[in-house]
Amino acid sequence: MSKKPVQNDKDPDTTGHSWDGIEEFNNPLPKWWVWVFYATIVWGIGYTIAYPAWPLVNSATAGLLGYSTRAEVAEEIAEFEAKNAGINERLAGVELAAIGDDAELYGYAVSAGEAVFRTWCAQCHGSGAAGAVGYPNLLDDDWLWGGDIEAIHYTISHGIRNEEDQDSHYSEMPAFGDILEEGEIIAAVNYVQTLSGGTPNDAAAAAAGEEVYLDNCSACHGEAGEGDIYQGAPNLADAIWLYGGDYDTLIETVTYSRFGVMPPWQTRLSEAEIRAVATYVHQLGGGE
Amino acid sequence: MRKHIPNDASFGVIPLSDTSEQPQSLYAAREPIFPKRVSGPFRNLKWIIMAVTLGIYYITPWIRWDRGPDLPNQAVLLDMANRRFYFFWIEIWPHEFYFVAGLLIMAGLGLFLFTSAFGRVWCGYACPQTVWTDLFILVERWIEGDRNARLRLHRQKSMDFRKFRLMTSKWIVWLLIALATGGAWVFYFADAPTLLRDLVTLNAHPIAYTTVAILTATTFFFGGFAREQICIYACPWPRIQAAMMDEDTITVGYRAWRGEPRKHSKEITEDTPQGDCIDCMACVNVCPMGIDIRDGQQMECITCALCIDACDDIMAKIGKPRGLVDYMALSDEPRERSGEKPRSIWKHILRPRTILYTTLWSLVGIGLVFALFVRSHIDMSVAPVRNPVFVTLSDGSIRNTYDVRLRNMTNQPTTFRLFATGHPQLRLQLEGTPYETVDLDAQGAELQRVYVIAPPGSDPANAERTELRFWVEDLSNGERNYADTTYFGKGN
Repeated sequence: MSKKPVQNDKDPDTTGHSWDGIEEFNNPLPKWWVWVFYATIVWGIGYTIAYPAWPLVNSATAGLLGYSTRAEVAEEIAEFEAKNAGINERLAGVELAAIGDDAELYGYAVSAGEAVFRTWCAQCHGSGAAGAVGYPNLLDDDWLWGGDIEAIHYTISHGIRNEEDQDSHYSEMPAFGDILEEGEIIAAVNYVQTLSGGTPNDAAAAAAGEEVYLDNCSACHGEAGEGDIYQGAPNLADAIWLYGGDYDTLIETVTYSRFGVMPPWQTRLSEAEIRAVATYVHQLGGGE
Repeated sequence: MRKHIPNDASFGVIPLSDTSEQPQSLYAAREPIFPKRVSGPFRNLKWIIMAVTLGIYYITPWIRWDRGPDLPNQAVLLDMANRRFYFFWIEIWPHEFYFVAGLLIMAGLGLFLFTSAFGRVWCGYACPQTVWTDLFILVERWIEGDRNARLRLHRQKSMDFRKFRLMTSKWIVWLLIALATGGAWVFYFADAPTLLRDLVTLNAHPIAYTTVAILTATTFFFGGFAREQICIYACPWPRIQAAMMDEDTITVGYRAWRGEPRKHSKEITEDTPQGDCIDCMACVNVCPMGIDIRDGQQMECITCALCIDACDDIMAKIGKPRGLVDYMALSDEPRERSGEKPRSIWKHILRPRTILYTTLWSLVGIGLVFALFVRSHIDMSVAPVRNPVFVTLSDGSIRNTYDVRLRNMTNQPTTFRLFATGHPQLRLQLEGTPYETVDLDAQGAELQRVYVIAPPGSDPANAERTELRFWVEDLSNGERNYADTTYFGKGN
């Protein structure tokens, strides 16, 4: 038989529930606690009336207070744009080269430019502006179309090789596969490898390639391979390669050519935004 | 042991219908408590602690401390807007928050130590809930009279002018205390005289008013009405500290072996004469928690020791030795029952866990004091930019970029020189300046981007990683600080 638990008058009452002889004591909850519990329920119902809550077929109840997170964000954005209106106007009006002289303006331009860059530029140039194959690295000191603040501003405003903007940078390298013999291309590529101090695959071909290079390439890329920022012709004598400096890639580039494009941003961004992002890119470590 | 399992309860559950009587309500209304006035050494100790703790709380924000121009002259100030914490001669910056964390750890360990040595002394003497409730009960007693008068007033159902007057004046005084309490809190977060003037002239920030209002309301309600309900139902600490106490903990108890059988008990016979307890209920009447200490240790007991004072008073009157209710260690019970003297208090206090808590507490304390005295006035943190890891420049050199955050914790504008050690071929270049120095305002902070460049073909350019140490030097006094980081090369 189960042993009856000793109950003395100091023990709490039991609820009457018993499982396998284990009884549940009744330690009564304070009444105010229960009322607080009911109060939270009432509060909760009131909350769903005051704020958007109940799902409907296509939307949800709007709530009596008319609160919306989207509206709040829009309000905050409008508020900040209003706050920035003055400095944006200053930024759009000042000489480009003078932005750096005004610490407040410069700080604003760099911060605002970073936001613009992350939104519009990072897709191709990378969030850290390190670029990718075919998309220039903006951190280094090598610029296809010039790296001072005016040149960067112009490039961003008008873009590269596009039809939308008549003032955009435009140049086109011929596909030399249609012009030169395969042997000539191989010779020229071997020669180009030597321009940046590299070792050619075939030293004899490299020697023969000098003539091919001078006849066909030097008009744009320069006699020493130094490139030309007025035509966007890459410098072939440095350590930086937009599409890759290895033999196979060079063969491909010379044979089929390249045609990198960039949209003109003046149609989408305000002048202040373009100046801001130009300032940001200029201070990334390669600006001239 | 159960031998037969009832047929209708295959899971061993006895149906509810077996219960013969209806259970009592699952909810209980609060029983009002009317603690009686008491005097004695513990009551005096509690008065002193109340005066000291409340004094510290109310007066601290008003202490002035000259720090020089442009700095707040308030001795203790949590300057949220400027992210500084001032404590007399110590100034804590956000990045030094570990000092605050260390103090909190010390407070925790101190609480463990005191609880394992002396039980719930925090609850009984120093907890704000206890101190303010004590103060509110004092006001109540001052206006409405002692226990019996208050009981009478409580039982008087009809509201006459006297009851109305007493209750109103009591609530007004409570409200004033609550207002002073809620008001004092905000003075720790802003210049107290200015804020007081703003509060009075209705020019203070809405957050200040809201904070004052909330803390006034909670003080008024917790101290005036909720009182012991907070300790029993709302506070987690009574449960936690049960784990801190053991049989050597000195805590408030009742010497049942001396007191029982108490007067009027049915157990009193010729062989078992009445014990020292005359069942006068003095210990119960003074208890702010409304419990009977003679039932033994219980969760509700905050060990405020008022029952000791009350019982000692009675024992003196009936000519018995003091200490029927007393601070004692449970492990002494067998000795005391057999008539031996209890062990010395030090033997109870000095035991491994209290020694461990003291050691840990002291180590953290020594560590904090040490850190305080050796802390630098230049703070530098170096975050390598890893997007991308490195940049190849046109001449083939490899460049890493670091975000160096400098903080000038002195009160003078200072010029700092930045340099790096790690490999002789690594060259430092600061973004936006041809110099290797950075000028910082007094108490200023700046983010300086730093390039570290390795020439083409050099070891660091080719190695995967080179350890690098950035140094910053205060050019005015040569004080230095450093931060370690890594330089990444091409790794071929």
